[in-house]
Amino acid sequence: MANALSLPRNYALDGPENRRAVERGLANATWYTSPIPRARMRQLMQRKDGPAIRDTVIWFALLAVSGALGGLAWGTWWAVPAFAVYGVLYASVSDSRWHECGHGTAFKTSWMNEVIYHLASFMAVRAPTPWRWSHARHHSDTIIVGRDPEIAVPRPPRIARLLANFTHLVSAPKDLANMLRHSVGRLHPAERDFIPEGEERAIFWTSRAHLAIYAAFVFWAIAARSVLPLMYVGLPTLYGSWLMVVFGLTQHAGLAEDVLDHRLNCRTVSLNPVLRWLYWNMNYHVEHHMFPMAPYHALPALHEVLKADMPPPYRGLWEAYREIIPTIWRQSKDPTYFVRRPLPAPPPNNSLDAARA
Amino acid sequence: MSDAWIKVCAADALAIEDVMRFDHGERTLIVCRTADGSYHVADGICTHEKVHLADGCVLGNAIECAKHNGRFDLRTGDAVRRPCRVPIARYDVKIEGGEVYARLG
Repeated sequence: MANALSLPRNYALDGPENRRAVERGLANATWYTSPIPRARMRQLMQRKDGPAIRDTVIWFALLAVSGALGGLAWGTWWAVPAFAVYGVLYASVSDSRWHECGHGTAFKTSWMNEVIYHLASFMAVRAPTPWRWSHARHHSDTIIVGRDPEIAVPRPPRIARLLANFTHLVSAPKDLANMLRHSVGRLHPAERDFIPEGEERAIFWTSRAHLAIYAAFVFWAIAARSVLPLMYVGLPTLYGSWLMVVFGLTQHAGLAEDVLDHRLNCRTVSLNPVLRWLYWNMNYHVEHHMFPMAPYHALPALHEVLKADMPPPYRGLWEAYREIIPTIWRQSKDPTYFVRRPLPAPPPNNSLDAARA
Repeated sequence: MSDAWIKVCAADALAIEDVMRFDHGERTLIVCRTADGSYHVADGICTHEKVHLADGCVLGNAIECAKHNGRFDLRTGDAVRRPCRVPIARYDVKIEGGEVYARLG
């Protein structure tokens, strides 16, 4: 039977599950959206430069101060907290900036989104063009097996790999291999599934530029006989990505696959203002997936508008991980298990129409 | 196909930087009002993937798709932001007696 499920499932984009998802109508499908008045949605979609300029200036200032303190304290134990802060700002915060600017929603001004997108892509060790297309597919086919290239926790989860990735020990070599592959003018076969023709030149030349910068820092470190230059560029991906993984796993880990309702495969987690600043409000992940055109600074307000039609948000990282850790453990033994999110009763049709008007 | 003008909506039904869906026969279209106050009618489904552009937003002179934030210039139909790469078809528009008309031929 062409549609029979075999376990463990094949998450490869160039594998048989891709065709199966297409045949089942799960690819590029119509997803559930909560009713929201058109005028209110228009307000929430309004773009601004102010919040992202403010946040970017603060980010760069914190990077400069923590980096300078780390350099001044190099050789003493005081360098440890300084670089701990620098590393998170460099490698984890860049992920949220990469994400928002990739959507083109962080700034109102397009070139600002593009500049920060490319800078953050470099800092997060991501090839900007492939990741742009990969993320577009992630939004088309969120957690659809065989279609979504960004499923962080395929079932059964490989727990050692998951733990190792808090220091990017798994993904950093893969990122480097991808960069090298692109620099010699080749794409991975799976990338062909979501990157359209005509993008190759940009991909290959950007990877060469990224490699040249890394090579310059390696030569600098060798010439200086010090690892210090690499503490600023290169090594932060190993010692500073952990917060990105902490945030990232809350997005979808342990939730349903192959559903067409983001309320069932995304988590919204309440976070304090400092964490929300670091993460640029991506803790409102159901809202973000349902309405990706809402800028990060509008997501708290969007959450308030939609919350009656949403499962209850998790009250912090602790509550989210109290669900995620046992779920991943259980899925390592039973890959069919997943968390079923409770959905509110749908409002009557006439009130839906009124809400959307 | 027809060269006839069809009535789309009242001109004041759209605010500045606003979009509305309308269907004509089998076709899904959008009528938009851009930042300069001008009206535009175009195909209503994104050329990237099967998404209604009416669920997106008008930003300046562009319509942004709700799913992937790709954009089309409403004055030309050109795709101006990835992942959109193929232009959308656009149609002649006129305003008469406070009504928006489009020629969908």
